[in-house]
Amino acid sequence: MAERTQKQKPAPTRTDEVVTDGAPVSPQGEKLKAELDDLLDEIDEVLETNAEDFVKSYVQKGGE
Amino acid sequence: MAIAKVCGIETEYGIVVRGAESNPVAASSVLINAYVSGVIRKVGWDFEDEQPANDARGFSYETAFAPEIETQLVNAVLTNGARYYVDHAHPEISTPECVDALEIVRWDRAAEEIVRVSMDRARHLLNDGSEIVTYKNNSDGKGNSYGCHENYLMDRATPFGRIVAQITPHFVTRQVFCGAGKVGCEFPKTSNSSVPYQISQRADFFEEEVGLETTLKRPIVNTRDEPHCDPQKYRRLHVIVGDANMAEMSTYLKVGTTSIVLAMIEDDAVGADLALANPVNAIRQISHDPSLTRTVALRDGRRMTALEIQWALLERAQKYERSHGLVPVGEAVGADVLAKWETVLAGLESDRASVSHWVDWVAKQRLVDGFAERHDVQPGDARLKALDLQYHDLRADKGLAKRMNLATLVDDDDVRSAMTEPPTTTRAYFRGRCLQKWPNDIVAANWDSLVFDIGRDPLRRVPMMEPLRGTAEHVGQLIDECETASELLTRLGS
Repeated sequence: MAERTQKQKPAPTRTDEVVTDGAPVSPQGEKLKAELDDLLDEIDEVLETNAEDFVKSYVQKGGE
Repeated sequence: MAIAKVCGIETEYGIVVRGAESNPVAASSVLINAYVSGVIRKVGWDFEDEQPANDARGFSYETAFAPEIETQLVNAVLTNGARYYVDHAHPEISTPECVDALEIVRWDRAAEEIVRVSMDRARHLLNDGSEIVTYKNNSDGKGNSYGCHENYLMDRATPFGRIVAQITPHFVTRQVFCGAGKVGCEFPKTSNSSVPYQISQRADFFEEEVGLETTLKRPIVNTRDEPHCDPQKYRRLHVIVGDANMAEMSTYLKVGTTSIVLAMIEDDAVGADLALANPVNAIRQISHDPSLTRTVALRDGRRMTALEIQWALLERAQKYERSHGLVPVGEAVGADVLAKWETVLAGLESDRASVSHWVDWVAKQRLVDGFAERHDVQPGDARLKALDLQYHDLRADKGLAKRMNLATLVDDDDVRSAMTEPPTTTRAYFRGRCLQKWPNDIVAANWDSLVFDIGRDPLRRVPMMEPLRGTAEHVGQLIDECETASELLTRLGS
């Protein structure tokens, strides 16, 4: 259960600092990376074969 | 005083036809007709329209748009209380009225499944090798946008000026956990290379702080005043600023947190100090900064990040739960939303990957970055934009979101039943049950009425001006007991 009292938040770095998605170090991170690798392995079967044509032809009328 | 946050989502889907020439209005009509022709005798929104159940002859893009209904676009009401119709060249589904964010997730997922079934049936009925493909997103990458709108019931007594002032900071910053992500940028004079990826699909399209428009000069707070219920007591806040979400948790938090903040506004528990100096600039600046470190200016001169503004809102919401409770948003669901709101903010702040199964833009970014790294693809490559679009592809075998192991809140059985069953908790129940039981006696349905034709003049309109009347508790037994619509009307005293 998440703590509900006034939280001590780490002061975030501001504006100019770019946060990079570093290599996973935790077991959870390893698992996530493996999951992504699996998906990228199979993704070629599923992806649109001609990305340029697909992207170019995806045009919608403006809606609300 | 805060009132029940009855809510609903209406989603305009992107639509593409492969293997045939068609325009999106005709294609949308074909898609919807494919669904309703197989499901129920179609009950029109404003007009009666016969659809032979099994006649697939002449089922084509041309005849779906027959001259005699050329000014009346397809418009159906479903037995789960939802509305399925063509709007501005998109198929659109409005969920039935729900009482809380969890019900919203269930009926929004059901809407996706309805669209999936529609695509399958259309392909089968057209039988010409063509395929209609739909996308649950908000942007075509070429400057055109279409919406996913939320609707919230509010007390008419709450001054609209207070709503505008105090909901705007949340509308501008909540994208950090409910943005759907976008490869590239459509804001004039901003190149794809300076913004290769952004948090929100919609942020580039907002030009005003408040206003009536929905298709151009879009405002962060929309002033449409069409309550579809008792206008003396209620307001329906029509929200156009959000992205359509594939991740259930994103939808849940989007609607759950907004319901809580609106209840707080009704009880004047938000305060005015989070007002932004320039909300229109801020919504874009925040979207263009996936690092979540950019600050935006407040009216009082302070600068805060989107996360800091969200933390401030969460802390007030936690205080509000202690002082007022969360009955208007569902006590248990409200408490759960608060807990998950805290978890998602903490995750976004210090361990981005930990929320990649909750937050669409984070999941999509991992997909795009992972692909780019593996195949050594540069920003601006069409394959990255293709990934973005295909994330939202609603086809079961092609859609990428469904392969991302996103967290689910509703199981498949509950989603399936929600395609045909209405919520038990709102007037959608009365609408849905009557449509199930007496479809041949109902000539028209609206949000706030049903019109019956029981074979003798005049037509009988049953008003439904109270969103929380007509629930299972109120009318379930009555509907069960009545054999005919005529009997129902007699017992309702109409």
